[in-house]
This record gives sequence, structure tokens and C-alpha cells, in this order.
Amino acid sequence: MDYIIEMLGITKEFPSIIANDDITFQVKQGEIHALLGENGAGKSTLMSVLFGLYRPEKGVIRIKGKEVHIKSPLDANAYGIGMVHQHFKLVHNFTVLQNIILGVETVKGGLLRMEEARKKVLYLSEQYHLKVDPDAIISDISVGMQQRVEILKMLYRDNEILILDEPTAVLTPQEIDELMNIMRELVKEGKSIVFITHKLAEIKAVADRCTVLRRGKMIGVVDVIDTDVETMSEMMVGRKVNLSIEKQDSQPKETILQVNHLFVKSRREGNQKHVVKDVSFEVRRGEIVCIAGIEGNGQTDLVQAITGLVQSESGEILLNGQNVIKNSIRYRSTHGMSHIPEDRHRYGLVLDYDLAENLVLQEYFTPQFQQGGFLKEKEIQKHAEKLIEDYDIRSSQGPATSARSMSGGNQQKAIIAREVSRTPDVLIAVQPTRGLDVGAIELIHKQLIEERDKGNAILLISLELDEVMNLSDRILVIYEGSIVADLNPKEVTIRDLGLYMAGSKRGDNYQELSK
Amino acid sequence: MGALSSIFAIIVGLLFGFIILLLSNPSQAVGGFLTILTGALTHGMKEIGQVLYFATPIILTGLSVGFAFKTGLFNIGASGQFIVGAFAAIYVGLNFKFLGSANWVFALLAAFLAGALWALIPGLLKALCNVHEVISSIMMNYIGMYLVNFLVAGNSKLFDQLRNQSITVPKNAQIPKMGMDKFFPNSSVNGGFFIAVLFVIIIYIILNKTTFGFELKAVGFNKDASKYAGINEKRSIILSMAIAGALSGLGGGLLYLAGSGKHIEVVDVLAAEGFAGISVALVGLSNPIGILFAALFIAYITEGGFFLQLFDFVPEIIDIIIAVIIYFSAFALIIQSIIRYKRNSKRGGKV
Repeated sequence: MDYIIEMLGITKEFPSIIANDDITFQVKQGEIHALLGENGAGKSTLMSVLFGLYRPEKGVIRIKGKEVHIKSPLDANAYGIGMVHQHFKLVHNFTVLQNIILGVETVKGGLLRMEEARKKVLYLSEQYHLKVDPDAIISDISVGMQQRVEILKMLYRDNEILILDEPTAVLTPQEIDELMNIMRELVKEGKSIVFITHKLAEIKAVADRCTVLRRGKMIGVVDVIDTDVETMSEMMVGRKVNLSIEKQDSQPKETILQVNHLFVKSRREGNQKHVVKDVSFEVRRGEIVCIAGIEGNGQTDLVQAITGLVQSESGEILLNGQNVIKNSIRYRSTHGMSHIPEDRHRYGLVLDYDLAENLVLQEYFTPQFQQGGFLKEKEIQKHAEKLIEDYDIRSSQGPATSARSMSGGNQQKAIIAREVSRTPDVLIAVQPTRGLDVGAIELIHKQLIEERDKGNAILLISLELDEVMNLSDRILVIYEGSIVADLNPKEVTIRDLGLYMAGSKRGDNYQELSK
Repeated sequence: MGALSSIFAIIVGLLFGFIILLLSNPSQAVGGFLTILTGALTHGMKEIGQVLYFATPIILTGLSVGFAFKTGLFNIGASGQFIVGAFAAIYVGLNFKFLGSANWVFALLAAFLAGALWALIPGLLKALCNVHEVISSIMMNYIGMYLVNFLVAGNSKLFDQLRNQSITVPKNAQIPKMGMDKFFPNSSVNGGFFIAVLFVIIIYIILNKTTFGFELKAVGFNKDASKYAGINEKRSIILSMAIAGALSGLGGGLLYLAGSGKHIEVVDVLAAEGFAGISVALVGLSNPIGILFAALFIAYITEGGFFLQLFDFVPEIIDIIIAVIIYFSAFALIIQSIIRYKRNSKRGGKV
């Protein structure tokens, strides 16, 4: 067997946990090898060992049969290993070209020589079909292009072994397809790819073999073509996971949230465009309404307008019959609206606070948690302990854990715990399962359906078409700031949904008004 | 753990000072260094009293800078707030004699309010117009200094023309000794020290035990998440600056009402206590208890530094040492993050 990478008997320990326990991981030359596991299973740790960020307590790494000692990412690079992290390491105000050459610049006589670099970059870009604009500034380009820049960084350094950490987490469905093609091209050219993920469908689409980790141990290696998703998820989680969502038909009752003729202006300087144009819809008790659309078509602004983070220009937002369009965020959140935000680090958590403080972020001012302006610390602790238990939030020190040190998945669970446990009339969930593994996704889907069956209303924004189709009772498609279709998921195919989302089709009541 | 990095900064600062002593006068260096470290303790209770006296105003300006910092604001304007507070204090002391023996209480209250008002302007400018508080505070420092000089010099009731400074406030306006004269005879220390410590406790409670403190810290850590949580960011900024200003103003009142011979001099010099507050807040890592100890420490070595003259050194060496300590306490923050990084690497948390 010609392995290009062998990690044998790798053990990596930290003070309170064995992150990698005697793991054997072997990648063949020219294959796409998926590394599958739940959050916290040890996948990122293992790859960090390979990339030189950590040193293992035990174990041996071999590259092309020769034993090596990788002491830092520079060593890893020298051995031809490159890594694209989930959170890109790009300098936002530099150009694409500058980012690619950063650290390995050609310098002659003390001055940068960009022409050679540019030529090489353009060549690589063509050869691997990685479309980029070398002079574009990172902050202006799409996430998909940013990722291609990260991949070009590796190719520029002649990396042979490419590690991609959760690459599809930030991409739209189209961009995901493009990435899959890029991966196949790269492998055709002789590169080997390790692809860390917990998305089973993607593994099936593009991987040759898959190593499954669970709680630090290697569970097994499978040939993807012979293994179904149910088996892989069972290996990953340790029990049978229900991948399809079981739900009864919804019995919607009265309307809880009504949006009428909402207009929201763009916040970009000098831009007078409307990002939300004349949007009207309602969400009733006992139903899950999903707003589907390609990222950037106004969903974010729509949700921010409904929750109050952004000012609406005109229209009505009726919560339980009351127009709250001029009311504060706190008013809306204390009168029946809960919000699971899209950006958990920016809006959802105060990372420098601990878990208990974050769990009480929306209610610290209520009589339950404060008296006369003084916080009731015992109550806050009790509340945190209960939520940690009920929602299976994993943390190293319980309520006192710093939010910053928690894994992305558990941070998301904490936010969901906080918002769902407040028993809102309407729960607005934006990308609630982003970055979560199969086990956690199952849990959250179950919770959302429970909420709906209890008689609450849920407004879901999601980019995962499977989630959209399986979870919602009604689908509203948003395109360029307007609602263009109101669909029944039982009566529409994913392909048609994609057409609606791309603006190629419009619902019966949503024909474009002639100007 | 934060304390570790501050202590590291202090040790480095002292060592640096020792090296300077060695370079300027090797034979006297050890003696000089020991004096810095122990001078305040070895000259009797009076000296210890002086340490507390010097610490008092910078405890307050330290709290002022530290408190604002918790909300993410740089209160460089402590100096202006300090002198404006001092002015309000002596104004009440010299003009409202009818207040009798409670005069000093009202004078301090006036100092408190004047400081608050002075910081309110940068606070409003930041909250409503997004003007950076550092710029507006520096402006207010100079306006405060010139304004107070103008008001003192122009008012015969306040101005001692011969000495170019404010007139001594009457007994009733001076802060009572509250027993301090028994412990530290002949020293200038008075009940003001207790007031300073009281405010350390008050600020500690506000920051850690109240919903208000919870909101302020949240805004300082993450503006967006605070907005999402319904916290009014503008209100937090304004109130935080006002409180910070009040603390500095009070510091000014405590110093100039101490009956220690300190008068508002009509000179174009910004109050040094305001900037010392920045040093204190940095070394104390913006933590009220840390600030208390940092202020005491700085006062302590400053006091010890006076005795350097016995060893043929200039007392400005103490200024150098303190400056180095400040410099390294900024490093302390870096060291803190390095320690945290290494600890996280070992623990396997997200780096």
C-alpha cells in the first residue's frame, strides 16, 4: 500500500482529556480521504499534530515511508503539507495576490518582485480552474473566492498534501459543487486531500475513503463507495441516528407574527437600494415557516429588521397583533420573540463572559435573576446547570467555562438552549445547525419540532436544502429582497426549489409587477 | 494569573531602576535601591501615613480610568476631571461657609458632580456622534486646566495673588482626620483614604454584582452581542464616562481638601494625578482591588524615592522606574495572553 501519510499510534493528551488516543490514520497518494467525527472527537487535534501545531505524546508520523518530526507549520510546509482552516487566515485589506505570497515573497535587492509571483498564481489558477481576481481585496470578494485563495496559497507553496478543515461550512450550495469539482481536479493532478467534515452527504459525493473518530479513538476506516450514510453516522455517534426527521402534520392555529409591506434600506454608504422590498408574510402557531434563498438575497436584513437589530424604513411587524416596528430589541425579546442569530460570535455570545453569564444574557434583568439591581448569583448558576444538563452542552468547567474556550458546536447549543428555554411565542432561528455534527443536529431538529408541536411558531432561515425540505411546513423563497414563492415542501422538488431560489421561477401569486 | 503579569512588570521595572542606579553611582546603588524598597517603612509612622496620603487621589483616578476601560472606553481625561473636581471643592469650601462643619461633605459632593459633568461631554460625543473619547477627553483636559486657572485667578475670593494659587480652605471644608492623626502623627493623611477605599469597594460591587455592571462589561467586551441582548449601548457609554469622571473629580476634591498645604496653582500644567491614574489602572489591570494595591505601591516607591537624595541620586529616578513599570505592564497584557495561549495549547482548547 503506498501511503503518502501515515500517522501511527498517535496519542495527544491535554491536562483533563485525551484528545487523540492511539490513533492510526493513513492516507493513500492521490485519494480524497475524509476524516469524520462529532465536535470534540479529535479530528482538528489530529490534523493540528500533522500540521505541526501540536506535538504528540506518543506516535510516529511517516511521509512517503520516511519517519519525520514535524515541529511547526514551517516543517509541515517543507514536507509538502498545507492546511486550509475553517476560519480563513487571510488579511482582509490585502489583495488576493498579496495574501497568496505572504510569507514566501520573492525579494530581489530588498524589493518585492510581484511579476513572477503573479505569473505563477495566474498559471496555477488556470491549471486548477480556481477562478480568482489577483487584485481584488479580500474583504470585497465572496467567501467562495476567499476559499479558492486559501487553496491557491497551498498550491503556490507546492503543497502535495492538502488538509481542508470543514471547507463547506461557509459555502452556498453552488459553491459547494464547485469545490467538489476543484477537489477532483486537484486529485487528478496528483495531490492528496484530507477533508475534515461531519457532512455525510458530501463524504459520499467526493471521498474515496473515510476514517471515523469518536471521543479520541479511531473507530474504523471505510471505503465510501461501499458504506451508506446510516452506517457512517452510527460509527460516528455510537448509536443509531435518525437521519430523517419524523414529524406529524402541522396543525397551524392563529397568526403570531405578521409582516406587512416591509421595506429595509441598505446600510452601505451611499447606497439607496432596498435590501428588503415589500415583504409580507405570516407565521402561525404550530408551524415552521422557512425562508429559503441563496445567501445575500436579503434574508439577513429581513431577520435583523424583524428582531430590531436594524431599522426598517416602512411597513408593519405585528407580534401577537401588536405592531412592534418602532419598539426596541428588548421589548420584542421580552414580548415573545426569541432569536438564534446567524453569527454566534458576533451577536450570539459575549465570548469573554462565562457560560452562565451568556446563558442569562437575555434575562438577567428579570426578577428571577436580579433584585434591586443586584444579580442573584445562585439563581444564575442553577439556571446554567439546568440548561447544561437539558441541552447537553459540553464544557470543560461547567457554568464557569469561558465561552471563548468552548467548541463552536457547544457554543451554538448554548445559544439555542438560552433562546428555546425562554418559551417564546415565535422563535426566529437563522442557520441554527451551522457547524454542528449529526448528533447535535438531530437534537436540535427534535427540539424545533417539539416547540412547534407545543403550539409555538418558528421562522427558520436555512441554507441547507435538506433541512429546509424536511423541517418546514411552508417554504417562502426570497430573491433579491422580495418573497417570490410560497411553497408546500410536500409538493415541490429540490430542483424546483433551486430554480425558485435562483430567481428563474416565481410562485403563482408572486408574478413580477411590471414597472 | 493577571496578577502574575503585573508582578512581573513591577519586578522588571525595579531591576531596570537598579541598573540605572548602578550606572549613575555604583557605590551608592545598593543603598539607594534598598531605600526605594524600604524607605517608606523605615522612617516611622509619619512616612507610612504619607504613603496613604499620596495614594488617595491616584486610587480614585485609577478607579476612574479602570472603570471606563471596563466599558471599552479610554478615559484619558482623568486629569481634566480631577482639576475641575478640585475647583468645585474649593469653591464650595471658600464660598459656602454657611454650611458649617458639614462643608467638606458638600464640597466633595460638588467635586463628584463636577467631575461627572466634565466627563459627560466626551461621553455624549462618543455615544451620539461617535467621536473618539481619547480625542475629546484630551481636549477637555486642556479646557479644564485653563478654565480652572482662569476662574481661580479671576476671583478675589479664591485667589492668593502673592503665591499665585488658591486660598487655603477653611477648617470646615477640610476632610476630618477620622483618627488617622492618631496612627500617623504629623502626616497629611486623613479620612480621605477611607473614602478612597470605600469607593474601591463600591466600584467592585458595581462591576461584579449588579446588572448595571453586567451591562457595562458586556458592552466593553462585545458591542454587537450587547445590542442583540437589548442593552442600550449609548446609555452605557454615557453613564460609564459620567461615573469615571465623578471618580476623578472626587479624587481632586480629596487631595485639595486635605488641609495639607496643597493649593490649586495657577500654572499651565495638567494635573499629574490624572495620568498617574492611567498607570495605576494598567498595573492594576482595571480591577478595583488591583488598582488599590497598584496605587499604594506607586505611592510607596515614590515616597521611598524621596530618600534617594540622601544617597546622592536625583528623585527623578523614581519617575523613570515608574515609567518602566508602566511600559512593562503594557507588556504584562502581552505576557498574559502568551500565558493564556500556552495554557490553552496544553489544554487543547481553541487557540
